[in-house]
Amino acid sequence: MFCEKAVELIRELHRMGDGQLPAFSEDSIRQVLEEMKALYEQNQSDVNEAKCEGKSELIPTIKFRHCCLLRNQRCVAAYLYDRLLRIRALRWEYGSVLPANIRFHMCAEELEWFNQYKKSLATFMRSLGGDEGLDITQDMKPPKSLYIEVRCLKDHGEFEIDDGTVILLKKNSQVYLRIKLSYIHLNTHFFFIDDYFYIIVRLIVLYIAQTLLKK
Amino acid sequence: MDTQSYMPVPPGVGLEENFFSLDDILLSHQRLPCRTENAFPRLGFLEKSSETPDILEGTKMEMPLWLAKGLYERKRRVLSVDLPKMYREGWRTVFGADPNVVDLHKMGPYFYGLGSQLLHFDSPENPEIAQAILQTYIGRFRRTMDSSQNAYNEDTSALVERLDFLERTLFREGKSVQRKW
Repeated sequence: MFCEKAVELIRELHRMGDGQLPAFSEDSIRQVLEEMKALYEQNQSDVNEAKCEGKSELIPTIKFRHCCLLRNQRCVAAYLYDRLLRIRALRWEYGSVLPANIRFHMCAEELEWFNQYKKSLATFMRSLGGDEGLDITQDMKPPKSLYIEVRCLKDHGEFEIDDGTVILLKKNSQVYLRIKLSYIHLNTHFFFIDDYFYIIVRLIVLYIAQTLLKK
Repeated sequence: MDTQSYMPVPPGVGLEENFFSLDDILLSHQRLPCRTENAFPRLGFLEKSSETPDILEGTKMEMPLWLAKGLYERKRRVLSVDLPKMYREGWRTVFGADPNVVDLHKMGPYFYGLGSQLLHFDSPENPEIAQAILQTYIGRFRRTMDSSQNAYNEDTSALVERLDFLERTLFREGKSVQRKW
């Protein structure tokens, strides 16, 4: 039966269900493409024969080969697409520089795609959070505790939180603060504490952006 | 590697297949017993039992699901698909009696998926097949969920052996959630 080689590619990927990237099987892809070429040429000649000599009984055979061509196409496309999904996950797991053994498993076009993806992600990250940008590939898990350690970027002087305590916001000092995500609270305090607001917004944007980007 | 970042294309629901889903491709590779209503000239080499250059009309052969779906036409009779053993009357009564007893992995590892795809072929028994698959799933679901939530850090191969792919995915998800919690 046709298309056995193409399904082998899919089985190889399916075996590694945890997202590891196996080596790019250039040989198998070449064999699948050769099979597709042979099927296509046979179909071409049969179509000509059916049209010119009126042999309409060849039509089921033509349809059969066409199904095989579509199947091969689907398998190759799914193979390449799934590999891209895995490579994209690698950026989030390993960072911008991939270990050499993983890079050997990628073909030239996949490396090119990875570089482009890195660039797009970096441009996006630089556009967030003011001047320096925000690295959203850090801190991928949501906070487990109620309090978070916050470092002040600018000198602000004294600041009173709504439960009455007064904290001193000096440049580079670190303070334990509650993460308050209520929009109204932030709104009313906006004109007092742009720096505090700035820190909190960085955190919120970080978690939202991470979830959205991974879809 | 942490699997949170790798999100493969999930299998399709019901009668639809997802084009890029690896699970759906492997599912549609399963073979079904079919009978050709038309002749297929020049393809005789595919059928091992005969030595004719063509596949003759009325040949019984095993075709993969993707091919049967591609060639099947409602109006013109090109192909007629017979139901595999486990979707027929006999096995349906077994599933009705007690679904937990059956080894669904042996019965074709893609019981639910293949059953859903079979509904494409307009067999007169379609409503009964659909009902049988649904009732089997409902009957087995409880046990799968319970065992996945309570099998923390144990060897689960004996439990997982008798499950088909859909139930195994469910089991794995239940276990991983349990671990995180």
